[in-house]
Amino acid sequence: MHPAPSVIIFSTLSGLGFGLLIFLGLGMPAATGFIAFVFFTIAYLLAVGGLIASTFHLGHPERALKAFSQWRSSWLSREGICAVAALIVMALYGIGLVFFEARWGLLGIIGALLSFATVFTTSMIYAQMKTVPRWNNTTTPAMFLSICIAGGALLAGEVRIAMPLLVLAGLAQVGHWVFGDRALRDSGTTLATATGLGARGEVRSFEPPHTGTNYLLREFVFQIGRKHALKLRVIAVVLMVVVPLLLLMTQSHILAALAVLSHLAGVSAARWLFFAEAEHVVGLYYGRR
Amino acid sequence: MTTLPTSTARKLGLVIDLDTCVGCHACVISCKGWNTENYGAPLSDQDPYGADPSGTFLNRVHSYEIQPPDLGQGAAPAQLIHFPKSCLHCEDAPCVTVCPTGASYKRVEDGIVLVNESDCIGCGLCAWACPYGAREMDAQAKVMKKCTLCVDRIYNENLPEEDREPACVRTCPSNARHFGDFADPDSNVSILTAERGGMDLMPEMGTKPVNKYLPPRVKDRDRSQDVDILAPLLAPIATETKGFLGWLDKALDVLPGSSKGGN
Repeated sequence: MHPAPSVIIFSTLSGLGFGLLIFLGLGMPAATGFIAFVFFTIAYLLAVGGLIASTFHLGHPERALKAFSQWRSSWLSREGICAVAALIVMALYGIGLVFFEARWGLLGIIGALLSFATVFTTSMIYAQMKTVPRWNNTTTPAMFLSICIAGGALLAGEVRIAMPLLVLAGLAQVGHWVFGDRALRDSGTTLATATGLGARGEVRSFEPPHTGTNYLLREFVFQIGRKHALKLRVIAVVLMVVVPLLLLMTQSHILAALAVLSHLAGVSAARWLFFAEAEHVVGLYYGRR
Repeated sequence: MTTLPTSTARKLGLVIDLDTCVGCHACVISCKGWNTENYGAPLSDQDPYGADPSGTFLNRVHSYEIQPPDLGQGAAPAQLIHFPKSCLHCEDAPCVTVCPTGASYKRVEDGIVLVNESDCIGCGLCAWACPYGAREMDAQAKVMKKCTLCVDRIYNENLPEEDREPACVRTCPSNARHFGDFADPDSNVSILTAERGGMDLMPEMGTKPVNKYLPPRVKDRDRSQDVDILAPLLAPIATETKGFLGWLDKALDVLPGSSKGGN
């Protein structure tokens, strides 16, 4: 799959932003007034910034409002509704904390649940794709959600919770890779089933439909960078989990800020791989994967 | 509405005969022509006369080679199969349910899967969900394009009756494409599918495609035991060469270095 920067920025930033909103909704940290204002500003910049970035890959962003209509069947539609609902509820909750020094607890819990649901719906957009076996399994939501809450805990300054959650996120990410590496093979989809000609012998792509490229090849058959995949995986886990853990052990505020930046860089690298390594079955028709 | 209908009154679709398709790409061109000039945004091309041309097509023809296995008598010759591919108008179309705006839908009356281009936000998710590569985002119009089964031909009373079928079917010079209603067991497409073992592409995806592909007939078999009744009549009559060539043949045979075999 083509790793579109807009989608990578969206899932990385908004995942972190909604992660922070989850912790703020649960009263961690139990800040009010100006400190609460700073926390909420960071969370909204990340979450809303990510959502705006995600509209950059749309052909017609001016019609984006229509995307709220099909929640009965579409995970993308559900994601939009959850995101807006979470942002509205958390804004009300934030107003209470910032301006009235009041913690409307129930509102916070609802907002936290909606934030969690937003990231879950994001992950289900990918996990529902039977056409991309690497994504079409439970490791995808497990990875998205565990990274979201680990990043949220890190950003919320909840060091004691963040450390085990970071380890969990790392395990979920590695699990997604280990499972994903054999997903296409296990799916049973090959050029033989794609053409229905497998019973007659060995099928080979002899000639593509055209000499140039096309939308399908640009969007779904992205093979650049796969040779560096293993190195990138190591870099991603080190930046996402190992470096933040070491920095958190120092108990320093400045180094904790560095831990957040390192985590963000690691998640970005992992998300780039999430797309770049994903094989869409349509590639089989072109004798590629 | 992007939830799928539980059943459709008719199931219009295509049968594609892999046995008779000659890979001429006429269906590709007639499709592009009709669908550029008629319903919806035109199928644009980018850099069409330049170094890196590409464009939107709703129908593309692949070619595959099948190497039959060696069953002990030497491997049979490889077979070349031309393979046209367009939207299969699946009964359980994953492209429809993922659409966030309701632009993609499957018609209750005839099962055709269509895109309402004025509702399409160009997110591309439906193309992700299609295992067959049947949907392509038009780089000019920024909306999703797909086969309409020439919905603007098949019901078009301004056209002569023989033209009221999809452009690809109408144009195919080898009759490799057939259009009809799969819900009717006596239709041409249902009979062809039953008689020739029409098959689904990627059945494991659970999409339940309406379009069926007829497998190519097996063309090669072991002929070493065949009796050819014409063989005696076709034996060479002239056993000795005469004239200038006969003299040349003998003269060259005398020279050293001539091979044993051959005449």
